[in-house]
Amino acid sequence: MAINEIQEDIINEFEVLQDDRESTIFYIMELGQKLPSMDEKNKIDLNLIKGCQSKVWLSTIIEDNKVFFQADSNTEITKGLISLLIRVFSGQDADDIMNSDLYFIEKIGMHQMIGSQRSNGFASMIKQMKLFALTYRELNKHKKLNTQS
Amino acid sequence: MEDPVIQYSTRFDVREIRSMFPLLDQEVNGYPLTYFDNAATTQKPVSVIESLHNYYTGYNSNIHRGIHALAEKATEAYELTRLTIQEFINATEKEEIIFTRGTTEGINLIASTYGRKFLKQHDEVIITGMEHHSNIVPWQMICEETGAVLKIVPVSVTGELEMDEFEKMISNNTKIVSVVFASNTLGTINPVKEIIKIAHDAGAVVVLDAAQAVPHLDVDVRDLNCDFLAFSGHKMYGPTGVGVLYGKRKHLEAMPPYQGGGEMISEVTFEKTTYNDIPYKFEAGTPNIADVVALNEAVNFISNLGKRTIRTHEATLLAMATEGLKEIDTIKIYADHHHKVSVISFNIENMHPFDAGMLLDAKGIAVRTGHHCTQPLMARYGIEGTIRASFAVYNTLEEVDRLIKAVNRIAKR
Repeated sequence: MAINEIQEDIINEFEVLQDDRESTIFYIMELGQKLPSMDEKNKIDLNLIKGCQSKVWLSTIIEDNKVFFQADSNTEITKGLISLLIRVFSGQDADDIMNSDLYFIEKIGMHQMIGSQRSNGFASMIKQMKLFALTYRELNKHKKLNTQS
Repeated sequence: MEDPVIQYSTRFDVREIRSMFPLLDQEVNGYPLTYFDNAATTQKPVSVIESLHNYYTGYNSNIHRGIHALAEKATEAYELTRLTIQEFINATEKEEIIFTRGTTEGINLIASTYGRKFLKQHDEVIITGMEHHSNIVPWQMICEETGAVLKIVPVSVTGELEMDEFEKMISNNTKIVSVVFASNTLGTINPVKEIIKIAHDAGAVVVLDAAQAVPHLDVDVRDLNCDFLAFSGHKMYGPTGVGVLYGKRKHLEAMPPYQGGGEMISEVTFEKTTYNDIPYKFEAGTPNIADVVALNEAVNFISNLGKRTIRTHEATLLAMATEGLKEIDTIKIYADHHHKVSVISFNIENMHPFDAGMLLDAKGIAVRTGHHCTQPLMARYGIEGTIRASFAVYNTLEEVDRLIKAVNRIAKR
């Protein structure tokens, strides 16, 4: 599924909650619970995202030229939020991740709901995910050049 | 002695109090605001807000040395607050009252002046395991600089100081004991009078972080016999950005200035500067005149109500919250004892305090979650943080009931 198709799905799902704050938070927490847990060996300081109020670990795997993300957090709401990003980004091409515009965040009213501090943390997660994609793409280019020569 | 319950029921009307706080009358996320973050900052009564307004619309002017009418009026109002504070904490003289930005600045001032002048290598400074970071970091900094050693009085599992350990720890090497009067995280009121007596017997001076004590408890610096006492205006219904440092005259006179600049000097030449007398020696630059002026009204608000009335009402709120939360199986309360100011810290099993805080906010209930700037205390309990509800005189039993119901709902999710 393409990134924008997934975004549309998320927007539709949140519409059902009709801006009810408590239901939205409970829903996000449920999403967090459903996120497959991360390997304990990956929950290391190196994988911690800077700028998040709660602890967020993020790691990446590349399979068949697609980027896959694994993440975890010590708070359920944050875990739920990052599960949305994983749903959008995991299994996509590095280029698609880098060029994506995550308009669903505004459409579901995330900033009003989570406040400015968590919004900054959320922005850090996105930045880190895009950075992983960029690194992978650059490494790949380098590898291709090496094989050609 | 008067029966506090009788006094409380005859004099106190919480609706009347609430009508003095315009901010409280609002909805948050579709629910009536329940403001339980008072240990972080309290709301302000109309008298304080009007005082700020009157200052800026009527007589804003730089104080001292002004010869015109507005400067005179502003100076008088500024110095009136000093007198009010002197009376409020029963200091011997008004010169012992220094205006600061808040408790943090007060403690930093003592550490950087008294600490820097009098601490030597191998001297000891004693603090406790329940200090706010603002009563830890300034001492760490000055100990690192002077070679003095920082010692920590441990906290028991019930959230009280282990006084036996304190008595073992104190010696002739102890030069400063700096203790929180009432814990911002647990609410525990520490036996400061006993601590001061023990410290003085060993020849040490005592600094009290009274940020959470002054809004609730009778604080009499002469009765306590403390050497220094710091508190903040904004936690006692006053404006932000203003605080008070009390110090005994003999100490303040022996201490070097904190910052250099205007106001704190007597005479300046390029060869040598002589310093002003206390308290001005410690009030360099144009002070926070407006907020100091308005602080007077905050003190008047507390004094008019009386600490006993405030304390009785807050104790009722705390008791109801404690009982109600205790009935929920998955709740753990920290420091469940009776010697507390109106603060309750708790956690819900298997839930991070941040998540609980956001769910309470969705119901219009404002609490604080996290480590409350007491990370060593959190480490003591092996937790990342707590949910903290703290009550002020304008809070109601109905609001406490809202909190209990909301926590119940979250815990049973």
